[in-house]
Amino acid sequence: MKTGYYPGCTLKTKAGNLERSAIHSMAALGIEMIELERWNCCGAVYSLADDDLIHLLAPVRDLIRAQDQGFDRVVVLCSMCYNVLARANLLMREDEVKRDAINNFLEEENDYNGEVEVVHLLNVLKDDIGWKKLSDSVKRPLTGLRLAPYYGCTLTRPEEISIDRGISPKIFEEFIEALGATAVSWEESETCCGSYQIISNPEAAKETVSRIIGSAVNREADALILSCPLCEYSLGNRQSDLIESESDLHEIPTFYFTQLLALALGIEPEESKFDLNTDSAREWLSEKGLLASVEA
Amino acid sequence: MPITISTKTVDREFTKKIEEISGEPLTKCMQCGTCSGLCPVEATSDVSPRKLIHMVTLGQREMVMNAKFAWLCVTCYLCELRCPRGLDIPKIIEATRQVKLRSNENFIEPFEIETVMELPQIAMVSAFRKHTA
Ligand code: SF4
Ligand code: SF4
Repeated sequence: MKTGYYPGCTLKTKAGNLERSAIHSMAALGIEMIELERWNCCGAVYSLADDDLIHLLAPVRDLIRAQDQGFDRVVVLCSMCYNVLARANLLMREDEVKRDAINNFLEEENDYNGEVEVVHLLNVLKDDIGWKKLSDSVKRPLTGLRLAPYYGCTLTRPEEISIDRGISPKIFEEFIEALGATAVSWEESETCCGSYQIISNPEAAKETVSRIIGSAVNREADALILSCPLCEYSLGNRQSDLIESESDLHEIPTFYFTQLLALALGIEPEESKFDLNTDSAREWLSEKGLLASVEA
Repeated sequence: MPITISTKTVDREFTKKIEEISGEPLTKCMQCGTCSGLCPVEATSDVSPRKLIHMVTLGQREMVMNAKFAWLCVTCYLCELRCPRGLDIPKIIEATRQVKLRSNENFIEPFEIETVMELPQIAMVSAFRKHTA
C-alpha cells in the first residue's frame, strides 16, 4: 500500500532520525510512504488571527500538492506540521468564505475544498495496521521497559484535530503496549514543553522542562517517547543544561516513537540515526542491549 | 492589581479591534477562571488569561499592552479545551500580540539569537511567527 507523506523542514535536518526510522518501519509493515513533490514549509504554527489568510497559503498549497499527485490522504510525522496542516484542512472544509478567498488568491493552482485527509502516523498504525498486527510484527518486544508517552500540545489540541480523544488520549499508550513495553501514566504527558519560548524566554522554558523531566523521573520512567522535533530539542538536547541546576534530577533519555518502533520491528539500528539523539540516549540503548542486531 | 475605570481609560476601539482580529465574542466570557487554573505560565506571569480577557473587555489598552502575559503564552490550548463558554482563548491572546506586532515592533530580534545552528527549524519559524513583526 502506498501513501502520500509530508516531511516538513525539520525532518530533513535535525530530525532525520524521526523520518528515517518511520520510513523503514512503515516499509516493514507494508506501507510505502511517498514524499510529496514540491512541498513547502507549513509555517510551523497555525495562523490564529481571523483576518490573516496569507499564512494559510503555505499549508493549503501543500494539501493541493497532495491532491494533484493523486493522494487522498497525507501522512505527517512532526506534531507541529500535523497541527498546522490538519487545522488548515479543516478550515478549507468548513469556512466557505475563507476557502473561496484562498482559492481565488491561488489562482494558478487547482481549487481545493479539503478533499485530502491529514493523518498522523500514530493513526495509521492504529487504524490501518491495528495494534494486534503491529504487536504480531514485533521481533524484539520491548518487555520490561517503562516508557512515558509525551503528547505535548499539538497532537491533541484543539480537540477537532486531535489524533485521539482531546481529554485523556490513549493512542500513545496503546502504541507503547503494542511494542511490548509498559506505558507510564504520568502528570505531564499532555502539557507543553515551552515550545517557541525556548528562543524568546529561555528561562521560562527551562522551568517547564525541569517540571516535565521531574515528573517522568518520579514515575520511574526509563525513557520519554515523543513525536515533535521541538519537544525533542527542549526535552532531549537541552535537558542536560537544566540538570546541572537541578541536582536531584537524573537524566532521562528521549526518543521519537518511530525509533522505538523500528527497534521493536528488528530494523537495523543504523536506520534510526541514533547519532542525532543525545549521548545519554545512545548509552542507555547500548546498556539495554538494543543496539545489537536482531537474529533472523 | 486594581483596575481604574473612567472615560479616560476605557478604549472601546481597542476592545473592538481585539474582537475583530480574534473573531471571538469577548462578552461570552463569564470570568470563571477555568482557563487560568489550567494555564502553565500563569503562575510565573503578571496576569492570568482570565484577567487579560477582563482587561480587554474593559478597554484597558495600556494595561494589556504593558502586560507580559501574552508574550509568555505558549499557545498550548489547554485553556481552550475546557472553557465552559467555548471561547478560543489563544486567539484572543494572539490578537493582543498582533496589535503590537502590526505596529512594526518586534518582541524578539532575530539577529540576537545565538543558538541558531543547533535550533530545529520549527523552533525558529514558530518564534518568528509569534514574536516578530
Ligand atoms: S474559561 Fe472561558 S469563560 Fe472562564 S474565564 Fe476563561 S475564557 Fe472566560
Ligand atoms: S494557550 Fe496560552 S493562555 Fe492558554 S493555557 Fe496555554 S499558555 Fe495559558
